[in-house]
Amino acid sequence: MSMDNSAAEQPASFAFTPENVEKTKAIIAKYPAGKQASACMPLLDLAQRQNEGWLPRAAMDHVAEVLDMVPVRVYEVATFYTMYNLKPIGKHHVQVCTNLPCWLRGSDEIAATCKAVAGVEFGGTSEDGMFTLSEVECLGACVNAPMIQIGDDYFEDLTPESAAEILNILRAGGTPKSGSQSGRHTSEPSGGLTSLNEGEGA
Amino acid sequence: MLKDQDRIFTNIYGLRECTLAGAQARGDWDGTKAILERGREAIIDETKGSGLRGRGGAGFSTGMKWSFMPKELGDRPHYLVINADEGEPGTCKDREILRNEPHKLIEGALIAAFAMQAHAAYVYVRGEFYREGEALQRAADEAYAAGLIGKNACGSDWDFDFYVHMGAGAYICGEESALIQSLEGKKGQPRLKPPFPANVGAWGCPTTVNNVESIAVVPEILRRGADWFGALGRPNNTGTKLFNISGHVNNPCTVEEEMGIPLRDLIEKHAGGVRGGWDNLFAVIPGGASVPMLPKSLCDNVLMDFDSLRDVQSGLGTAAVMVMDKSTDPIKAITRLSRFYKHESCGQCTPCREGTGWMWRMMERMTAGNAAVSEIDLLEEVTRQVEGHTICALGDAAAWPIQGLIRHFRPLMEERIAQHQAAQASAAE
Repeated sequence: MSMDNSAAEQPASFAFTPENVEKTKAIIAKYPAGKQASACMPLLDLAQRQNEGWLPRAAMDHVAEVLDMVPVRVYEVATFYTMYNLKPIGKHHVQVCTNLPCWLRGSDEIAATCKAVAGVEFGGTSEDGMFTLSEVECLGACVNAPMIQIGDDYFEDLTPESAAEILNILRAGGTPKSGSQSGRHTSEPSGGLTSLNEGEGA
Repeated sequence: MLKDQDRIFTNIYGLRECTLAGAQARGDWDGTKAILERGREAIIDETKGSGLRGRGGAGFSTGMKWSFMPKELGDRPHYLVINADEGEPGTCKDREILRNEPHKLIEGALIAAFAMQAHAAYVYVRGEFYREGEALQRAADEAYAAGLIGKNACGSDWDFDFYVHMGAGAYICGEESALIQSLEGKKGQPRLKPPFPANVGAWGCPTTVNNVESIAVVPEILRRGADWFGALGRPNNTGTKLFNISGHVNNPCTVEEEMGIPLRDLIEKHAGGVRGGWDNLFAVIPGGASVPMLPKSLCDNVLMDFDSLRDVQSGLGTAAVMVMDKSTDPIKAITRLSRFYKHESCGQCTPCREGTGWMWRMMERMTAGNAAVSEIDLLEEVTRQVEGHTICALGDAAAWPIQGLIRHFRPLMEERIAQHQAAQASAAE
């Protein structure tokens, strides 16, 4: 990744809201005195959340100033990690896992469904600004494959139908239920418990 | 099959209360002060004696790792860092601990930190696990409020702080020195060793990095004793383990089982069997994306532990079992993993930065059959040139799946090339 991927149009300035200034202080206090650079990643995340999901250059500069870092050190971090978005994104960031465990369970169909319903290819944002679609590497929910992440939530055990329904609910302004879509609680076998079932004392 | 009474993670599915009260009702935080009063050496010896081997993939003795920390506190503080950057494809065990069993992790962190004279632990949680990070922080807040951690933790006279640090999307940060770099607010690029983290780790201070599961099982080992844990599994491969069974099985799931359980039992008893029956099995990747795949013939009898899987030239890794039935194109499957490693290479070492891209492009051609048979040997040779020639193990991890494919399925690769050549020839006529 590099700054080449960053947005052509950049806001002139960025500053944390008073509420977020308080949060930055609490975050910085987690690290040893003088090691405030450790707060770089959480502060970039905070800035991104404040700025509708993407990180303009001005926010990186502001974080550098707050943490007394050379700006290029912050740019390095912002361009190294995949979760920092360097250009504006849609209201809902739909991230489709296509790594091996999801692929074995049909992520090709889930990807096709998401593309069709959102009306964009991977890397694109729908015309209505509702969805940005990304292909991502393993998200660590492999026994609940196939799955996608939207915003901070995981949607698991998907079928093309349930994936389409989730996006349609979001488009209509609703809140779809996160987690497994197949009816199981988390990662227990769906055929019934094979462990932790020897009475209440378990 | 492991009895429920010997299971450590009794709420791994989150079917019961994940709160402090719920965790305490299941035995967490029971007698923690008394455990600490046994003293540092006793805690480390008991952990060593249990045979616990690190659950993050490498399988190094956890107690031994702790003993590498300086015996005396110098002018630099000690740190415990917990690796919750779970991203090895196939692996989703730590996620369940973070969200459903967070108190086991926090209690284990206190005990481990105390044993290594650390007053603080940092848990590095992968950024995508936002909800899991929230769940862990909630549990930490409860533990602070109850006096279990913080000043005079559990009335032990030991001050202990527990911090959650969120990552931001980079597989490489699961490598311990890259994780430390990232924790310091830098790009996650692995460091040369030596110096080892136990000498120069986070912020230049003595640091031990342990996997989530390794730390979370420690309280129960110390409560029940090294002999209990050591009696489970097989010699040098003791205890219980969280397994993730994904792919072409009827009921993909996470389950805690005894180390050394036959792979077939694991799949058939817990995951509802292979889709279409055992004879429809084609191959299994038994320990996360980095370990070589096993053809069905080896899956029939292999045991799931470090040494058994090493003996068949694979590995237990993170115990993430990816099952592939006969509908799977194994060349395409491994190509997907090659693309993953190319994406995740940090770019620091030339053999990995260039090699992962080269291997992926070659694998794409192998998938199509658009290659010469001699290029299979060339591909194998390149994997050998990447393997062992990089700062961290990502280069090895990118090489091994391809080596496994060539070792077991070379005839299939040759057949694919022959098919492609025949198609080319008939098209030319």
